[in-house]
Amino acid sequence: MTTAYNFAYLDEQTKRMIRRAILKAIAIPGYQVPFASREMPMPYGWGTGGVQVTAAILGPNDVLKVIDQGADDTTNAVSIRAFFARTADIAVTTKTSEATIIQTRHRIPEEPLTANQVLVYQVPIPEPLRFLEPRETETRTMHALSEYGLMHVKLYEDIARHGHIATAYAYPVEVAGRYVMDPSPIPKFDNPKISGSAALQLFGAGREKRIYAVPPHTAVVSLDFEDHPFERNKFDHPCALCNATDSYLDEVVTDDRGGRMYVCSDTDYCEDRRAHGHRGAQLAEAPAGSALGQKPNIEAAE
Amino acid sequence: MSLAVSAPLAGSFLEPVFDSQRAFRAAMDALAHPGVVQPAGHGLPDTPLPAAAAALVLALCDYETPLFLGPSIETLPGTAAYLRFHSDAMLVTDPAMAAFAVIDLVRDGLDLAVFAQGTPEYPDRSTTVIALSPGLTDGPPLTFSGPGIAATATLQVAGLPAGFAQQWRANRAAFPLGVDIIFATSDAIIGLPRSARLSKDER
Repeated sequence: MTTAYNFAYLDEQTKRMIRRAILKAIAIPGYQVPFASREMPMPYGWGTGGVQVTAAILGPNDVLKVIDQGADDTTNAVSIRAFFARTADIAVTTKTSEATIIQTRHRIPEEPLTANQVLVYQVPIPEPLRFLEPRETETRTMHALSEYGLMHVKLYEDIARHGHIATAYAYPVEVAGRYVMDPSPIPKFDNPKISGSAALQLFGAGREKRIYAVPPHTAVVSLDFEDHPFERNKFDHPCALCNATDSYLDEVVTDDRGGRMYVCSDTDYCEDRRAHGHRGAQLAEAPAGSALGQKPNIEAAE
Repeated sequence: MSLAVSAPLAGSFLEPVFDSQRAFRAAMDALAHPGVVQPAGHGLPDTPLPAAAAALVLALCDYETPLFLGPSIETLPGTAAYLRFHSDAMLVTDPAMAAFAVIDLVRDGLDLAVFAQGTPEYPDRSTTVIALSPGLTDGPPLTFSGPGIAATATLQVAGLPAGFAQQWRANRAAFPLGVDIIFATSDAIIGLPRSARLSKDER
């Protein structure tokens, strides 16, 4: 461990400020608490909000997992994991079940989370109404008055134009019957997992300087209409590697002749299933040594 | 200014970085799981307040957080100076100005309405009340539901004032405005965020 940093990089006053925001966020589920976001040694868009939340809650006994679009071995995940391994000297893992804190960009793990885990989301635009109303003063008033008609108009326009609600990610939700919240750009497939989760869920937006939360066992409803109810994404294929039919799949182009395969976006879930003997149709064809077929080597990467 | 020799101040956290992280995580778990007793107060062997309450102040307060002390805490020898010195928080006499408040349930009573409630645009600008309790498991039971609670949670905080149920109903009715409470003893805390709803038949 390098001693040039305080534990987990942030200074103690910054941690206190973030911790106070987190406590308010938990007490007012779905409300975006402003906080004095700091510059981090990584650019905006790389998870500075999530990193600050993780740094503020992290203790020496925590085990950290970081995923980017479900994968443990992509650039963002590897560099954030390395950041905390270096600045906090904590244990890291790729196994969902072993982690006490999971920082995520744009996915929720397939494996149900437990009461001993905290899920930290990286959020680019925390304000669900921002693209409908650009003024912060106005959106703040709209939240104060629970004036969310505009969001329903947006979903209705989807139906008028496309025949169905075409919003496929960052699908707006109502938290505990009060605040409408942007669940970050997770696929709407993951929306039902937010509701009633046993784990605390914290959302950090670094550039936009907001922290919000969904406490455990909280009702989170995806906005919809009686005649156009919310629907999860459905897939026509099982995972080509592990044959799962209940997971979110990524489409991977395998050649320049139209070949493609559909594989679990949650790499840990997929590996675990393969380790338990589940075999997908294209498992034998997966290129040897590629990220698709092999467990990422944390030690080597960091 | 006279150089009067005052009594030595009691000690702060033995390991400030890790002990304040533990105190915060206890508070986070307490508010995320209302009604579940969380062990707290580590690393503070020497403090004029019950250790779990002192740990919350030292872990969460600083020059940005006006701090209100209940009359019995303010007059407890060495306490105001201790909190002031180790947290750097400004002490305020108006509870409506406070980001945090420390009160003793038994000696000071509890009136939630006097604290900062937040505003409709910024409901987070409210007071978090740290309430000293004689015990977290031996008071009359109160049943709550709401975020963080799977079905229902039963609080048995001792020392609650008469009429607390009505106060809490009013606090909940103003949601998202309102006050959050963390009840504390020397070695444990229990959280009651404003989102918790008292069950209908509690009087």
